[in-house]
Amino acid sequence: MLTKRIIACLDVDAGRVVKGIQFVDIVDAGDPAELAARHASEGADEIVLLDITATHEGRATLLDTVRRTARMLFVPFCVGGGIRTARDAEQVFNAGADKVSVNSAALTDPTLIDAIGRSFGAQAVVVAIDARRDPHATDPVRDAQVFVQGGRKPAGRRIVEWAREAEARGAGEILLTSMDADGTRGGFDCELTAAVSQAVSIPVIASGGAGTVAHFTDVFAAGKADAALAASIFHFGVSSARSLKQGLAEAGVPVRLPC
Amino acid sequence: MRVTVIDYKAGNLTSVLKALRHLGAEPIVTDGDLSLAEHAERIVLPGVGHFAATERLDSTGLTPAIRSAIARGVPFLGICVGMQWLYAGSTEEPRQPGLGQFSETCARFPDGHQKVPHVGWNSLDVFNGSHLLAGVAPGEFVYFTHSYRAPITPATAASTTYIEPFASAVERDNVFGVQFHPEKSGETGLKILRNFLAFQPKEAAC
Repeated sequence: MLTKRIIACLDVDAGRVVKGIQFVDIVDAGDPAELAARHASEGADEIVLLDITATHEGRATLLDTVRRTARMLFVPFCVGGGIRTARDAEQVFNAGADKVSVNSAALTDPTLIDAIGRSFGAQAVVVAIDARRDPHATDPVRDAQVFVQGGRKPAGRRIVEWAREAEARGAGEILLTSMDADGTRGGFDCELTAAVSQAVSIPVIASGGAGTVAHFTDVFAAGKADAALAASIFHFGVSSARSLKQGLAEAGVPVRLPC
Repeated sequence: MRVTVIDYKAGNLTSVLKALRHLGAEPIVTDGDLSLAEHAERIVLPGVGHFAATERLDSTGLTPAIRSAIARGVPFLGICVGMQWLYAGSTEEPRQPGLGQFSETCARFPDGHQKVPHVGWNSLDVFNGSHLLAGVAPGEFVYFTHSYRAPITPATAASTTYIEPFASAVERDNVFGVQFHPEKSGETGLKILRNFLAFQPKEAAC
């Protein structure tokens, strides 16, 4: 049976993990390669590395970070942040990523999705979307507003129509972050996730709002998510992807165990 | 051990090369040097993307070179589209023939049931006697990403169920194919690649 994926996400700035999942017993908690390997060995089904660096020097460091992180990683590895051209994507692939995630740049130029998919296959293109419900819209969920620049600026697009366009252009997966739920630890936005998941045939990865194992159970059932991003939950009582997955298995969610 | 990895410009090879090196093999990439295929000790044909990309194997002359290597008994492993290429063809690109080692045709998952593509970790039901999957316990998970698949036949080495059962691995003598990505399937995947590297073919008939 196809299992629900638990994806560990690391935010990286200039080669160091600055946010995301950290372990108390690792002295050097900021090394992406070390943390990624740790997550993989503790049951994460996939690793996402998000580069939040804005500087040119930081971009060069990123490729080195990707290379070091990929070296000992034998689960799918996705890299996002600052990928603006097919050439940027190619460099990240050559450094060892299996997938790239594109967000703002794809909204500025949607043909970026086509271009990367043509060269590397649809399975290698993850379109990340940050969305917030629009209380003024006829359908606040399906017409949730899409934001760019880390959630600072409305993109002038609606979630369901943009997700469908991304799929039609050759996206392999959608990484959907609910800006309403993000950081709350009050649970994923299951309605928003379900609206997107039912509108497309490609997998949808839910992100934002995780606080308990039950939140994951909900987003896989009610939210119809195919995968979920686990980040800060590991700070708050759930020690590893494996223990999260054991909790999910007890609740009847199919997960990869043992892992 | 030298392993010839065929590059037909369908996706990137980095992960496959990395996994082979990790296991102590020495991968050599060719996108058209026929001698590397003809004199290969082992051949890996990776692959992601569209079946039409395998046309490049024909236009570069690699197809007959690989065919003769297989006939000499050289162990061959096709991954994903590389497995599908072992069949007569795929409905994804009906004008492009496969190698025809297996006579069936690959086809798309039926629509209207669950999402297509099939993406994520799914389990293997290994059939008895597989060399490639030796030591893989029932229900071990591997990573898939694909929309087309091969039917279950006597050559099937493992089946996986998504919408319906399909061939997730195929095996006959020195010819192996896996629909999943062993290079992305954790310890289980590495074990399968290790089996491939350790496989000793019987002497080919002269």
